[in-house]
Amino acid sequence: MLDIIVSVLTRTIVAGTPLLLATLGEIITERAGIINLGMEGLMSTGAVTGFIVSYISGSPWLGMLAAILVCALLSAIHGFVCISLRSNQVVSGLALTMLGIGISGLWGKPYIGLPLPNRMGHLNIKGLSEIPVLGRILFSHGWYVYLSVLLGIVLWFILRHTSLGITLRSVGENPKAAESQGIAVNRVKYYAVLAGGGLAGMAGSFLSTAYSGSWNEGITAGRGWIVIALTIFALWQPGGAFLGAYLFGGIFVLQYMLQPLGISPNILSMLPYLSTLLVLLLFGLTASGKRKMNAPATLGEPYVRGER
Amino acid sequence: MARIQSLEMRGISKSFLEVKANRDINLSIHAGEILGLLGENGAGKTTLMNILYGLYLPDEGDILVNGEPIRLRGPKDSMRAGIGMIHQHFMLVDKHTVLENIALGFDEAPFFFPHRAIRKKIEQLSDQYGLRINPDKPVWNLSAGEQQRVEIIKALSRNADLLIMDEPTSVLTPQEADELFEILRKMILQGHSVILISHKLEEIMSICDRVMVLRKGCLSGEASIEDVDKGKLAEMMIGRQIAAAYDKADVKPGGTVLDIQDLHVDSDRGLPAVRGLSVQIHSSEILGIAGVSGNGQQELVETITGLRQPLKGSVTMMGQPLKHVNARDAHTLGITHVPEERIKFGIVPNLPLYENSVLKQHRDAPYSSWLRMDYPVIKNHAGDLVNSFQVDTPSVNARMKNLSGGNIQKLILGREISSGPNLLIAAHPTYGLDVGAAEYVRKQIIALRDKGGSVLLVSEDLDELFMVCDRIAVMFEGEFMGELTPDTWTIEKIGLMMAGSHG
Amino acid sequence: MYIELLPREKVSPQQNVLFMAAALIAGLLAVSVVFALNGVNPAVAIFYIFKGSFGSWYGIKETITKGMPLILIGSGLALAYKAKFWNIGAESQLLAGAIFATWTGLNWGPHLPAVVMVPLMFLSAFIGGALWGMVPAVLKIRFGINEVISTLMLNYIAAEFVKFLVVGPWKGASKGGYPYTDDLPASSILPHLSHSRISLLLLFLAVASALILGWLVYKSRFGYEIRVIGENVHAARYSGINFFRTSLLLMAVSGGMAGLAGAGELMSIHHYLSYPDSLSAGYGFTAIIVAWLARLHPSYTIIAGLFFAGIIVGGDAIQVSMGMPIAAVRVFNSIILIFLIMEDFLISHRVRVRRKNHA
Repeated sequence: MLDIIVSVLTRTIVAGTPLLLATLGEIITERAGIINLGMEGLMSTGAVTGFIVSYISGSPWLGMLAAILVCALLSAIHGFVCISLRSNQVVSGLALTMLGIGISGLWGKPYIGLPLPNRMGHLNIKGLSEIPVLGRILFSHGWYVYLSVLLGIVLWFILRHTSLGITLRSVGENPKAAESQGIAVNRVKYYAVLAGGGLAGMAGSFLSTAYSGSWNEGITAGRGWIVIALTIFALWQPGGAFLGAYLFGGIFVLQYMLQPLGISPNILSMLPYLSTLLVLLLFGLTASGKRKMNAPATLGEPYVRGER
Repeated sequence: MARIQSLEMRGISKSFLEVKANRDINLSIHAGEILGLLGENGAGKTTLMNILYGLYLPDEGDILVNGEPIRLRGPKDSMRAGIGMIHQHFMLVDKHTVLENIALGFDEAPFFFPHRAIRKKIEQLSDQYGLRINPDKPVWNLSAGEQQRVEIIKALSRNADLLIMDEPTSVLTPQEADELFEILRKMILQGHSVILISHKLEEIMSICDRVMVLRKGCLSGEASIEDVDKGKLAEMMIGRQIAAAYDKADVKPGGTVLDIQDLHVDSDRGLPAVRGLSVQIHSSEILGIAGVSGNGQQELVETITGLRQPLKGSVTMMGQPLKHVNARDAHTLGITHVPEERIKFGIVPNLPLYENSVLKQHRDAPYSSWLRMDYPVIKNHAGDLVNSFQVDTPSVNARMKNLSGGNIQKLILGREISSGPNLLIAAHPTYGLDVGAAEYVRKQIIALRDKGGSVLLVSEDLDELFMVCDRIAVMFEGEFMGELTPDTWTIEKIGLMMAGSHG
Repeated sequence: MYIELLPREKVSPQQNVLFMAAALIAGLLAVSVVFALNGVNPAVAIFYIFKGSFGSWYGIKETITKGMPLILIGSGLALAYKAKFWNIGAESQLLAGAIFATWTGLNWGPHLPAVVMVPLMFLSAFIGGALWGMVPAVLKIRFGINEVISTLMLNYIAAEFVKFLVVGPWKGASKGGYPYTDDLPASSILPHLSHSRISLLLLFLAVASALILGWLVYKSRFGYEIRVIGENVHAARYSGINFFRTSLLLMAVSGGMAGLAGAGELMSIHHYLSYPDSLSAGYGFTAIIVAWLARLHPSYTIIAGLFFAGIIVGGDAIQVSMGMPIAAVRVFNSIILIFLIMEDFLISHRVRVRRKNHA
């Protein structure tokens, strides 16, 4: 029994990692006032880029780097359309999703189903990983898991304890106030969108080079959309992202655990999406919950410099 | 020692699209001086100051500090040159603390743990100038006066030698305004200079050393304060003497139209905004509500017009209670509304004028049946409104956003009172309008009263209330401090009530 | 030097057409770049796409076949988007329509004649789509849940539910091991024009509803309220427009239209319920682009729908003739969409390049 629990928790953390990475990305983006609905497409492109570069170069690290770069570039399109041209962020994000899925299909066609010879390695921290129970759950993971945790902590620190964090938050809350203090609002927004895209790319490359070790169309399986919901669930806080990502990672794992019990796999596959709606519903049920869903004040609105 | 001993703007011009906001303006100020910049809304004061603060680039003209020309390409340049600005609408991030607001974009804020360094800076400045503030409070939790103090600290922390203040007292009680002037005097003694933008003559006379007057984008006068009086300033500002109270027909108020009993309303933040208010409005009567904004006027108006749910109490219109929270029900009972933020609430900017002319009436006959809008009838109605309310527009097909503020307000007012209302709720109906349009709006309101209608007029403009109202109630923190009639009202009495003492 | 963007006061109809053409051409150029980077001669590929769709009778007939669901869904989406209700859930509203129609067909079809069955099938599909479409409206207005997220989640939920039905309770006895329901009875099937897959009735339905929805948006009271909500929510509240009722109604119409498309595919093409991917074929997402190309005017989706149907048919053609993956069509569509939204902005703004002041 203990073994099963340990195994579930270990796999939960692994399954939560791509969600965590991409949610951190979306948090950065939305904190700057931009919604990026293109996460599903970005993750998909990240997955294919990471796989191809890892496959050819033999280095999964290079794959990760390439995925981050390519997805940052791809999200720059969204940045240009939404920030410079002030167009509709919802539609632009959808277009980005379609583009990302399309591009990954185009690039990945020759690589479908190929196994990756050298996946991203594991890091069994000597000493720590031998601790009974906790050692396996917390300290027997691949690099991505530790990196994602580190990035989450770094983002929390930046938002709370640095002037960069104050700048980023202000740009999403009140860009006029930021502008009046000499901050180049749109430049900050661009950087946030690029960073968000990069993290989505990293989440994607985790899926193909560490999690499954192969590329297939539909590898992201709707995770990009769940990330959008998780960002709300996290109340735009890195701490909330940890909670949400591992919670939903657990639901992904549960899906496979319950299958042998004779429950229809299709009904189980609905679980992540149903729970997303359920969680948002619970927030929406109470007035205080609604107030807590306190999105950055100018989220989704384009910023026009010096408008009268 | 202040770095700005003198500052000069020479030949400044600036246009927005076809509107010339500033035309060939010259301005100068010296250290230790308070310069009043006077003018009506839309005279170009704010544009001129935004140029000085680097927010706009002038189309023509130069700016000189201590005789040396400087370039101001952005607020950072201006701040570096020692110019600070406090906007009428505070540029503060509501959800952030005072500390974080001061740290935003501040060169001296260290990258890591900026809070510590900024806390010291705030303490030092508040000692030096007597600016009390709690650095850890979030801004939305502060009063208007406190928020203004945050803005002043922000400017001073950036070593602002010249402080531009845009309508600083518009959100303050008279007592808070006095405190502000005290702070400004302290600053001048320490070598700072201040440009005070205002349209309040009283204020300019009491604190400024020198005054410049703008009218329609041009400089229309400049003088030392000893050389002018209020009448002379007003003449420079509007080009003629102050208008006396408007003529009203000699009708006595009739029966009760609106009856409000023990009304309690919460604000969006869940704090009590209206506390146990009772009032009646009669036919042929204009009731004015005076008070600094943010004392529950908005919540009161929203409750009467069906936009907000009261906690307790009743609103009765001609004997019929207002039951549901729905603007339609208020409309059906005969309550019409000229909203405070007219562009945000009163119109749909992207739709043509004729579709805007029935916003709210669009469900009534003859403008529509259950399914179909009758556009020929609507266009006729729009044409009638345009003619009888002197709306200046190329046609009824023009998009609403292409109309000027005054014409937008004329259309809204026309739309609301054309159907012959029992009650008009007008919130700040002349705010931001040019003199002509404002006068027109006031006259229409009086005409409505003369015809037997009743009006609730919420305004911050005391002159306007004196000119138009039959009765004035002063609102403070959700309660009426007292009611005044033409034979009892004085500026002093109202001022005291606005600050919270009972009349 | 810097670039200034100034609002444009007036746009003439000629400018409108000109800008849209420019956007489409620029989009094609961008697509060419992507194709070329992928080692495909873009000129040849784009030529084959249009040759495949509009270059032959067969292509034209297929284009019309695929255009019908796009028109049905696209006009409904345009209506919702007019109110800025971002319904991304047409994919599952189509499925909901198909589920309801299948149930009606399998249960009533054997007992009733086609004159009754065909309208009944469409009606039940409309109701199915409408009900599923109203869920996000309730979630948004009553619980403050963003409709983009809820409609997306509902897409996945409905797709899994259809899979559950066709491998489980509704699995057809006559289909061997396949995950299909039984065939619909003959009274629930739409006849085709000879040598094509076009049902005249369906074509009429698509064109008529696009025109009716266009009338609804611009001439009816419902449409007026939709446009006020979309252009200025605050004014909508101020003018007492019942937000809940209007949103519910508009999502019922929007979802119902997608439901009709589901019934159309079922009754005209497939004849039984099967895996969701084969039934909806991404129409729900492509229709978003259709609505955008139609500038959110429901009636214009007739043209825009046929255009994108052509791209799909042409995309199928180059899959065969040039060995390009289906993803190529997605790339094509998304890039066109990106250029359309960029054009949206550029048409309402003038671009002015200025020298820097104080230079």
